[in-house]
Amino acid sequence: MRYAMAIDTKKCVGCSDCVVACQTENFVPIGYCRDWVVEIVDGTYPQLEMEIRSERCCHCENAPCVRCCPTGASHISDGGTVLVKPNKCIGCGACIASCPYDARYPHPDGHVDKCTFCLHRVKQGLDPACVAACPTKCMYFGDLDNPRSDISMALKKRKWKTLIPEAGTNPQLYYLI
Amino acid sequence: MTNRRQFIKITTSGIGGLLLGGGMAAANRFFVPGTDPEELSIDLTRTPTYCEVCFWKCAGWVYKTSEGKIWKIIGNDDDQHSNGRFCPRGTGGVGMYFDEDRLKTPLIRTEERGSQSFREASWEEAFNYIAEKMKSIATEHGPECIALLTHGSGGEYFGHLLKAFGSGSIAAPSYSQCRGPREVAFFSTFGEGVMSPERTDIRDTKCLVLIGSHIGENMHNGQVQEMSDAIDKGTSIITVDPRFSVAAGKSKYWLPIKPATDLALLLAWMHVLIYEERYDKNYVEEYTFGFEQLKEHVRNKTPEWAYGITTIEPDLIRKSAREMANAAPAVIVHPGRHVTWYGDDTQRERAIAMLNALLGSWGRRGGYYNPESVTIPQWPHPGYPAPRRTWKDAFPDKYTLASSSLASGICDATIPAVSEACNFKGWIVNGTNLIHTFPDQKNTINAIQNLDLMVVVDTMPMDITGWADVVLPECTYLERYDSLRHSPHRKPAIALRMPATEPLYNTKPAWWMAQELAKRLGLEAYFTWKDMEELLDWQLKQLDSSLDEMQRIGVKTYERSWEDLYMTEGEELEFLTNTGKIELYSTEFQEAGFDPMPVFTAHEEPPEGFYRLIYGRAPMHTFSRTSNNPNLTDLMDENKVWVNPKVAKLWGLEQDQVVYLENQDGVRSKFPVKVRVTERIRWDSVYIVHGFGNDNKKLSRSHGRGASDADLITRVHIDPIMGGTGMRGNFVTFKFEPEQTLVS
Repeated sequence: MRYAMAIDTKKCVGCSDCVVACQTENFVPIGYCRDWVVEIVDGTYPQLEMEIRSERCCHCENAPCVRCCPTGASHISDGGTVLVKPNKCIGCGACIASCPYDARYPHPDGHVDKCTFCLHRVKQGLDPACVAACPTKCMYFGDLDNPRSDISMALKKRKWKTLIPEAGTNPQLYYLI
Repeated sequence: MTNRRQFIKITTSGIGGLLLGGGMAAANRFFVPGTDPEELSIDLTRTPTYCEVCFWKCAGWVYKTSEGKIWKIIGNDDDQHSNGRFCPRGTGGVGMYFDEDRLKTPLIRTEERGSQSFREASWEEAFNYIAEKMKSIATEHGPECIALLTHGSGGEYFGHLLKAFGSGSIAAPSYSQCRGPREVAFFSTFGEGVMSPERTDIRDTKCLVLIGSHIGENMHNGQVQEMSDAIDKGTSIITVDPRFSVAAGKSKYWLPIKPATDLALLLAWMHVLIYEERYDKNYVEEYTFGFEQLKEHVRNKTPEWAYGITTIEPDLIRKSAREMANAAPAVIVHPGRHVTWYGDDTQRERAIAMLNALLGSWGRRGGYYNPESVTIPQWPHPGYPAPRRTWKDAFPDKYTLASSSLASGICDATIPAVSEACNFKGWIVNGTNLIHTFPDQKNTINAIQNLDLMVVVDTMPMDITGWADVVLPECTYLERYDSLRHSPHRKPAIALRMPATEPLYNTKPAWWMAQELAKRLGLEAYFTWKDMEELLDWQLKQLDSSLDEMQRIGVKTYERSWEDLYMTEGEELEFLTNTGKIELYSTEFQEAGFDPMPVFTAHEEPPEGFYRLIYGRAPMHTFSRTSNNPNLTDLMDENKVWVNPKVAKLWGLEQDQVVYLENQDGVRSKFPVKVRVTERIRWDSVYIVHGFGNDNKKLSRSHGRGASDADLITRVHIDPIMGGTGMRGNFVTFKFEPEQTLVS
């Protein structure tokens, strides 16, 4: 089992519903977020192009945050999901510094927090909160080992990219372009 | 340590990425300390609601934590408005409940109007105060001199109360400040309006044409969802906008039009369709009236003619017209929603309606469908007394085709100078922040200062509450019952809103307020139901349901009863117009003394050093209604003024530099606003998101954040046909100091 997420940049409108849905689902304190939206504009008026995408932890196969964690709080869990055990985390911030995607934040309670792929929902057969809420249905989540999962199909049909591939982290967050 | 929770994120490509989500603020109460993500479980206690953050009214479920605290709101899968998915505002609706700045108890004014100075009062005292004033206004001037201005569910009960009292002046700004012109234009063309939710069949369209409509930033849920589905299916989108909107970024053709010239483009598109014989000939022959007149009318309206006006190249006008024709009849030239722009808006919307008629999209799959709604049984009550006058009497022979009451008309008729025929002496304002809703704030305040009674019903201390004599604090939609939602859609359906929790503070639902006021006005006979549970159950039992069932399912969808979703080919049809046909030549307009076919007139252009002020929406906010919502301000807590880099260079403006905007009449924005230098806006315009620049210190997260476009819209171009307030004929320049105030 290899969990992954794909986001269709052709459909994303940048509404940030994924951000609020994550915040409420996961009790993320106001002022912090596990996912966020980026807008990139290229060109000069009126020859313009724009990409909008929702970003979060890439749940890297080769995760620098896990390698550098001194206590083992950051670890690889079911389906390759990268998680933090709050009670083992000492809040040293090494993982935050090591993440090329800037996907982790220091939780005011003293531990580091980040996207969990909503594993608690996934275990019950539900999509992650962001995927389930997205009004444009631009996000796909599933198991890459299953060739017929939504995500496997989406990656087969469409061109895609990952972010900062040169970091060698092998991210499991894909962008359909 | 890097911290990505900063608004500007530096990226390696392009001009730079803008972080739209996230933000910095204080920690909040939600946190469940130290929860291991691997040990979280899901709680399934839920109650149905429909959303009140905007008026798409998506139905969903409110979930609570095991401690009984409101947790999250999720769409109801059976709901046609949401299809189980809420927009960010709906998801962030929990913030309306948790906002600690909420109105908490009834208030009575202690100092002059506008100062936000109140003392706390009991409900009893507040109701007695209002009832006494209403009675004295009725005695002195007549009951029809009290008006209701409303934009929210509670309007229904206060409307019922006022009609029982003897007033017929009940208006929503969503008509005269928003979508009124399109309703009048479509009525005069097809004999029916566009309605809300719009009857646009975006799901099945092959070509979607957006004219200034920014779906995706305007988050009306069903339309955004269907646009996304359409993108999946390869639908081509054509966007006409001086701003590179999100939709423009997803378009096959973006027409970066010079603002205020859309009508010229529409006439040229009709010219291409007619003179290249690309219109739907059978449909036009069978169903329309006035084709020959239209053909003559647009004879000279060539793309070359339009080029000189719109700056859109003739080739692009032709190509985009052919794109529509190739998709027809599965094509939607979208009427938009907020369409009160330049004062000739009904005519522009007429041109849109006519273009749809030429393409044969009205009543066709992928065009416009026939919606159906459920009729809700009315609890028996005595007949309403006929009001002796209404707002219309203040405007003899004006706005003759207005199909609903004009909120701005009521406002103007409150100022004695306008007319002696019907002056208003009392306003009940429900859920609408009129200071930011109406253009020309001085005019609004002048009207309010002429009132004997001003009541505001709201959940939040908005700018308008400062002008109230009495403030009635409503509990949020998560804490109350309301009437059944029964908006038209592909299938008729109803949705229930019920309280997920007890109201916080000393807040109450609007239905209870209206009922209590009725008791003090001797109008008990109009409110004989015990409470909403009794009323709803009585209504639902006649709709083959019950309150008990609806509490479990939230949404009930019925089979269609009266006609097909689409016309059938060759079907004989009579339209509800004078001629029984789709009127390309409007006999109604002709009889009323208006151009029967739209004529392009040039609008004023910005003077040197000024830029046209364009405003719009951000997906995470509904005007000022959400501007203090803790969850939504976390996503966006101020607006910025979008400035083209060429203009920025000219003025030496830098990213995030703070400026003031001053309009052509010398009115300066109350608060400073940050500059967003972006290629996404034309050089002759600036853009801000509506709903910011609130001037109430009681709004701890939104006071003084950003600029209010309403501050700067002092020049209003009124649509002579239906009284809509055109608000895009204002121009602003940059100032670097606040307005000097004289110290006496």
